[in-house]
Amino acid sequence: MKKDIRFFIKLFLATFYLSAFTIGGGYVMIPLMRKKFVEEFHWIEGDEMLDLVAIAQSAPGAIAINAAIIIGYRLAGLFGAIVTVAGAVMPPLIILSAVSIAYTIFRDSATVQFVLRGMQAGVAAIILDVVISLISEAIKEKRVLPFIIMLCAFVAAFIFRINVIFVILASGVAGVLVKKHWKLEKRGKKL
Amino acid sequence: MIYITLFWSFFQVGLLSFGGGYAALPLIQNQIVYIHGWLDPGEFADVVTISQMTPGPIGINAATFVGIRISGIWGALIATGGFVLPSFVIVILLAKIYYRYKNLSFVQGLLDGIRPAVTALIASAGMSLIILSFWNQKGMTGKISDIDFVAVFIFFSAFIALRKFKINPIPVMIMAGVIGLCAYHSILRISV
Repeated sequence: MKKDIRFFIKLFLATFYLSAFTIGGGYVMIPLMRKKFVEEFHWIEGDEMLDLVAIAQSAPGAIAINAAIIIGYRLAGLFGAIVTVAGAVMPPLIILSAVSIAYTIFRDSATVQFVLRGMQAGVAAIILDVVISLISEAIKEKRVLPFIIMLCAFVAAFIFRINVIFVILASGVAGVLVKKHWKLEKRGKKL
Repeated sequence: MIYITLFWSFFQVGLLSFGGGYAALPLIQNQIVYIHGWLDPGEFADVVTISQMTPGPIGINAATFVGIRISGIWGALIATGGFVLPSFVIVILLAKIYYRYKNLSFVQGLLDGIRPAVTALIASAGMSLIILSFWNQKGMTGKISDIDFVAVFIFFSAFIALRKFKINPIPVMIMAGVIGLCAYHSILRISV
């Protein structure tokens, strides 16, 4: 991958587009980013992307912006991060500036409401599509632990509404403990 | 100086909002409405609505909107800058740590546990969105009449377009918006 001006323009435009279509909060941008950077451009591996998303969620601030920062940094260092942040921040800046001039009209417009309701259903489908891809990748590994963690994390986040940070921390600790346990077991077999 | 106050306010919000944009909302409200009195509670409610309606992360939208209302485009840039700066520093520090230590056995175990959790968190966000979309603001109910069938139709068509025909998400979103506009317009015209 050559990091010339063309690359940076592509990087900027990609984050700009993704941000412009992130309707309903930053969480929506994560699956869009995955589709773009992992499946379309092949710039980042699937597993690495999950790690980057975890980092983006663990840091304070908007998740989508954090994800943009870390992807930019991963692809082209500090300058890359500046490019992706600019790309991610620009659409809301432009759109909100325009909307704020006549925001009551925008807020009360039936047309806007209808388009947004349609897009919301579309976004839900995009997230489901990405989740299915992620789960089928996990199935290929043929391990039980990821599914136990996945189920527990889902119940914790969706049903009990536990803060994302704690879900991530607890899953990390579970991962470390299981890895230690396996090592001890292997050693035991050798002995 | 208003710019420095604005920057500092959103810097604090950016630094403390763990868990994404929704976590930032009460912090922004605290700074904007209660501490500085820049907006009244009604205006703040509008900020939340507009932020959710327009694309982009909610925290950034709120920062832009508040900044513009207080002191124009510069206000928007400064509020957004203040909001993003702490994330920028912290995320890059974490990234440096990740790339230096990711091959350690301890960190491998940590990441092994975290990856499936991230999938679950994305699934959880998706599930909430499906419920919001199918039942609108009502929440999941047993009554069939509460279901928004236009949304259900768009959802499944979009899903098939993505999964079976491998169409890119952005054209799918645009189509979903267009179908939403046409369908809701014709249905509401009939029912009214």
